Amino acid sequence: MIETDIIIIGAGPVGLFTVFEAGLLKLRCHLIDSLPAAGGQLIEIYPKKPIYDIPGYPTVNAGELVEKLMEQCSVFKPGFTLGESATELTETEDQKFIVTTNKGTQHKAPIVMIAGGLGVFEPRKPPIAELANYEEKGVEYIIRDPEFYKGKRVIVSGGGDSALDWSIYLVEKNIVSELSLVHRRTSFRGHLDSVQKVMDMAAAGKINLITDAEVTGISGNGKVEAVTINHATMGNIEKPTDHFIPLFGLTPSLGPIANWGLEIEKNAVKVDTFDYSTNRKGVYAIGDINTYAGKLKLILCGFHEGTLAVQSAFARIYPNKKNVLKYTTVNGVSGF
Amino acid sequence: MENMIKVNIIDREGKTHVLDAPTDMNMNIMEICKSYELPVEGTCGGMALCASCQVYLESDTTLHEQSDAELAMLDQAFHVKDNSRLGCQIRITEEIDGIVLRLAP
Repeated sequence: MIETDIIIIGAGPVGLFTVFEAGLLKLRCHLIDSLPAAGGQLIEIYPKKPIYDIPGYPTVNAGELVEKLMEQCSVFKPGFTLGESATELTETEDQKFIVTTNKGTQHKAPIVMIAGGLGVFEPRKPPIAELANYEEKGVEYIIRDPEFYKGKRVIVSGGGDSALDWSIYLVEKNIVSELSLVHRRTSFRGHLDSVQKVMDMAAAGKINLITDAEVTGISGNGKVEAVTINHATMGNIEKPTDHFIPLFGLTPSLGPIANWGLEIEKNAVKVDTFDYSTNRKGVYAIGDINTYAGKLKLILCGFHEGTLAVQSAFARIYPNKKNVLKYTTVNGVSGF
Repeated sequence: MENMIKVNIIDREGKTHVLDAPTDMNMNIMEICKSYELPVEGTCGGMALCASCQVYLESDTTLHEQSDAELAMLDQAFHVKDNSRLGCQIRITEEIDGIVLRLAP
């Protein structure tokens, strides 16, 4: 069990800056994020995009801002649970919270701050009616262990880099017995060399390339046995397979926190603007994940929200301890 | 009204919303939908990175050519048709006055 003062769910810019503000009050933080690295949407969606409204930075790339925030909070030695999503929130008898991840990692603290941004990044799922019935029964959205597909017939679907790269990998390493790549258009928009490689492998008969087509149905008794491919000119084709791997990137959703007994409005967590607390005492929501009258989804506003929330968290953890705002210019910052 | 155009949005229930859209606020279709609280997510904020503002062009309005970024994103999206567009990439200008767009599922 990981114990800390504040569990922060979401390691995006707001979560990271909150570590710093909490550290100034001598509160320790541990961050949980479903992505494998800190930075949230800044790293996952637009690392190379410039941001123009961070005070003091006329322009800063999203990736660079995350680097700077990591550097700034590192003095307070935050803990990280990355690549795991927070799924469960329970309360203990001593008025603390336990946050459990999808991989079973447990974290305990008196305060939970949800800085979840857009929510949990989940694989984008194609609109196929039977899809859910075959998840983990031949339908996988992420390739965890390529060897899992040893000697199998695999159909990959998608037109981006991950679909191209995995198709090349599974064939080049002689893992699969047969690989088909289904794409809605004739052209691909991945890296040029990957596209060329797939074309070459298709010409050599190593990849069964099916373009102008979409997988529209799945059939099988308890597991995937075939998919229906709808081709623009040839109509429906039934193709036997062992696995169907749709690779269409990631998309955010509110995820499990929707079931944590928090007041939800417009797909966001409702908070009191006095201290950004939710309807559950000890649970706060800061940044893009929260909503209130006049809410603006800006990194800048999230920084402010996190700063006020940790003040309230301090008063909650130490109700009888006096505290006063100190400027960092007076004594500098002393880390842990 | 000066600097105002009409934008017709057909929602997912088939209802048409006639929106007054200002041409001098540097807005796009995704943003005008959000400002009228129509159910458009616009998750990425308008960078052509999420396809949650996909619309179908149903009028004969001439639009500018699609950028590589928009086409690449539509490549990853679902329910894509020949007349699919990303709302965030359509700017509110005089030229699109009277445009008819249907929200994708």
